[in-house]
Order: sequence, then structure tokens, then C-alpha cells
Amino acid sequence: MRIGDLSNRHPGRSPEAHPQPPPWRRDPARAAAAVVALTVDGEAIEAAAGQSLAVALALAGRLLLRHSPTAHTPRGMFCLMGSCQECVVHVDGAAVLACLEPVRVGMQVELDRLDRERAEP
Amino acid sequence: MSAYDVIVLGGGPAGMQAAITAREHGLRVAVVDEGGRPGGQIYRAPSDPVRPADLAANADLARGERLRAALDASGADVLTRHRAWAAAPGMRVDCIAPGGPVSLGAAALVLATGTTERVIPMPGVTLPGVIGLAAATILLKAHGVTPGGPTVVAGVGPLLYAVAAGIRKAGGEVAAIVDLLHPADWAAALPGLASRPDLLARGVRWVAGLRAAGVPVHHRATVTAIHGEAFVQAVEIAPVAADWSAAPGAPRRAIPAASVVIGHGLVPATEFARLLGVPHRYVAAQGGWVPDRAPDGRAADGVYIAGDCAGISGAAAAEFAGALAGLAVARDLGALKPARYAELSGPVRQALARAERFGSAISRLMALRPGLARSIAPDTIVCRCEDIPRAAIDSVVAAGARQMNQLKSATRCGMGPCQGRSCADAAAEIMAADAGVPREQVGAWTARAPLRPLPLEAALGSFSYADIPRPPLLPA
Repeated sequence: MRIGDLSNRHPGRSPEAHPQPPPWRRDPARAAAAVVALTVDGEAIEAAAGQSLAVALALAGRLLLRHSPTAHTPRGMFCLMGSCQECVVHVDGAAVLACLEPVRVGMQVELDRLDRERAEP
Repeated sequence: MSAYDVIVLGGGPAGMQAAITAREHGLRVAVVDEGGRPGGQIYRAPSDPVRPADLAANADLARGERLRAALDASGADVLTRHRAWAAAPGMRVDCIAPGGPVSLGAAALVLATGTTERVIPMPGVTLPGVIGLAAATILLKAHGVTPGGPTVVAGVGPLLYAVAAGIRKAGGEVAAIVDLLHPADWAAALPGLASRPDLLARGVRWVAGLRAAGVPVHHRATVTAIHGEAFVQAVEIAPVAADWSAAPGAPRRAIPAASVVIGHGLVPATEFARLLGVPHRYVAAQGGWVPDRAPDGRAADGVYIAGDCAGISGAAAAEFAGALAGLAVARDLGALKPARYAELSGPVRQALARAERFGSAISRLMALRPGLARSIAPDTIVCRCEDIPRAAIDSVVAAGARQMNQLKSATRCGMGPCQGRSCADAAAEIMAADAGVPREQVGAWTARAPLRPLPLEAALGSFSYADIPRPPLLPA
């Protein structure tokens, strides 16, 4: 892909172009937890209290979190422990690592914001 | 700036024990950890309530809960969700906390920062749906969550079987295990592994359960590519030689998959020790660069290092190393008389030596062999942050570069937000192989603060523009 090519930037946003991957699931044998409601790009999702945002997003089918800044390849959570910095998303306007951010009621999550800003300057 | 006797960086097994021990001798202790609760990776705290049945079924969980309770009861300040980004002699530690920047001061610092996982890249490793083996243990232990669809579990070490068994137990699907090691490698490690019959038996149970379930295990094989547009669709594997190189002509086999869990061993997390100027040696069998330190953990004035960040030897050994460092700090700060220190530390040292037998056997099994990085294809992305392919590293070495810092300034490899934690090992292996020199000769990237990305206001601190002195205006 040519650098700066804006086509095919958001495969996660056009489900008809890319079939959704099979769902990630929570072990039904685990203890139940309170439900936390949040929004991702304006869409309501539910998470379990105590979950990290990265895990809540994966369970909601949002594996694609951003694109790499140079080659614009799709990226998702990878190390889950705050090292690789791949899972950066925006929460209420601020960049955070989704793997270290606990879910909170009403948090507004935005995916791929930097890439979108580059696409729509 | 709050003042402590000792700051412990990292709340895993080494850090928790160092803190508990230092508190036993009356020291004022802070434990700093990025996570929401102490525990580290092996003793990772679950995100949901622990039930008695969970404790009975899971020895690591039970041990973690005991250590967390002891740490809570110790009176140490446990600063979770504190991301340390700098340390300086004195000792001073700067963190980002949920409420903003925090600076801590102490007479001594215990580094118990654990490890980062090594992932030697192949095409497609950056796709969403590919996660590290250690990441999968967090998913399973903390959240009880399994990756979606058929999952290939690949790489090296006991985590392969732990994760595969865990995914199946939690209701997920394991498409295949791809193990770089041959069964003979595991057999050769048996004398060391037999020093912990309980852990050996647990491993045997994992393997037997997977075999009974018909999960295919490909030994002495590697993942050569992960296919998919925006998500994983298939994994390509190939047999490897004893040095883990995949012969270009060797037959490839495609496995349909929707998720990949992959890890090629553990690397000591030495960034804080390097930032503090502690000298390091390269010891492949211990995971890579390891800090020079005394047997009690002391590495420099006020700096103590314990657990896997000083060389991979596992959680059990890390606990004893942490306790030993806690005793050494208490001795050096005058809270423990030398005779009493000798009395208390003797049994801990013996226990550490026993625990290290098992941990070292595992660490030697996982030690990186040279063929894996040599087999990386030219267009494979090595530096995930900056999208630097292997070919860029090759060309810099061809132009005469022989040092990791030269590679960094020439290509931006290792200069992105992760500061090279994800790619340093692969990049150094490629440089060394291309240049035909031993791995240690290419060196390591200079550690520089901030060791984690931080908001600008955290580095600036709070100030008012009105307080900034301004030169008087020039006369009109």
C-alpha cells in the first residue's frame, strides 16, 4: 500500500467489506459481575465491572483498534500488559492504553482517532 | 515528593516479597505497579470475585491471593495504576497516576519489573486477533476470556501447554499447538524440571488432556506467516532445524484459524536498571541482557534487583529473590544487624537456589536459538511502532552499522511509543547475524526517560504562566 493511500483504512467500520471474526467469549463458569454500559464510536456496548477496556472491546467484537501510523496496517491489542502500546484508544478525548484502563460507566471510547484525523484533516 | 525508605518497582512475586520483608523490619515501603492490583503475571489477580472452589482448583491463584493478603496486611503503600517513567539516583521515581503525575523519594529502590515477552515476527503478526502468550494468560487468569474461533497456540515454553489447556477449559477452541521444541528437548530438561514434581505433574496433565482431546501438536515447527486482511484467517507453519531456522524449501502447511497466540520466550525487563547505569551482561540462557549484581540483589548504591528482571528463573525463585533483596535493603539501611541478616538470609538463599533449578531449566528451554530471527523474511515488519521491515535493518548493516544505537538513528527502528521493548531482541539478532558478530557486540538501545509515553503536562508539572520569569521589555 502506498503511504498516504486512504483507501481501505477502516475495514472494521464496513462489515460488508470484511466479515466479522468469530466472537471472543467469557467463560460462563466465572463468577458473575455487574454490567457496565459504555459507548464505542457512539455505539452502546456492555462490559463486566473489573474488565480492562481492551478485553471489553474484544468481547464486543472490536478487535481492530487503530492503524499503524506509517504503513496504515490494522492493529489490535497485543501484549495486554502496557508494554507494546498497540491498544491506544481515546477515552473521553484522552489517549489511553485500553489494556490498562478499567471500564467505567458512561465512558466514551473512540477508536482509530489519529488515523481518522489524518484522513480528514 | 513523598519520602519512603524503599520504593519497590513492580508488584509481582519478587516485588511483593521484597515489600513484605522490608515492612517486617520496620521500613517505610511503597510498591509501584502499572496494573489495577498487585500480583504480576503468574499471580495475576482475577477481575471478578474469587470463590473458594477457584482457590482449590488453582495453585497459582491461591498463592497470589495469599501474597496479596500479606502485602495488604504489611502496611506498605501499594500504588497501583502508577506507571513509572523515570528513576534517578537519590532515589527518585516519577510516575503517572490516574490523578496526575506523582514523584516518590526513597533511600533505596528495588527493581522487580519482571519480563517482557519475546515475539520474533513473521508476516501478519501485527493483525488484530494475534496476541502474545503472556497476553493470553492475562485474558484467561484475569478475565476468563478466550480468543475467538479456532486458535493456533505457537512458540516455545510451558506457557504453550498452559494456555492451550486454559483456552479449552474456558470453552475455547485450540486448532493446533506449534512448538519450536522437540520432545527430546523437553526430555533433556527433565532433571531440572523434576526438582518441582508438582509443577512437572501439572505440565504432564496439560499435555495428556490436550492429547486426549485430539489437539494436534506440531513439534520442531514454527509459524512462518499469518494470513488475513483485517483479521486472522489462516496460519502457515513449517518444520524447523535444531537452531529453529525454517528451511526456505521446507513444506508449508496451512491451518485455518481466527486467532493466534504466540510467544518465543521471556526477556528480562532491564530498562530501569540500564537507565540507572547498572552494567549488564548478555546471557542467552537467562533471557538476554542481565544486570550485574551481588548475590543479595544489590547492584549499585541504593539499587537492588530481584526476580525475572535480573535473569529469567520463574515465579517461585522470584519470591525468594525478592525476600533476599528486602533483607539486604533492611541491612544496608541499618534496620537489620549484619549477624541477624546472615541468620535470616541463609535459609532464603538455600530456598532460592532450589527454586532456581526449575526456573533455570525452563529458561534454558526457552533461550532464543539463532535460526529463528535469521529466517525473518525481508518484508516482515520488525518494529511494529514504526513499520520498519527487516530489509531496512539489513541495508543499514550493509552500509556499515554495527551498533543498535546506529540502527535506531538510521531507521527509527525502536524509536516508537513502545521504545523498542517489542522489537529489540529481533532487531539485535538480525544485526548480529548480518554482521557476523556475537549478539552482545551489537549492544542495546540506550535507555532514556520517559520509559513510557506520558502526557506533556506530566513532564512539565503544574505551573502558572504568571510565575515564569520574563526578561523586561526592551525600551521602545
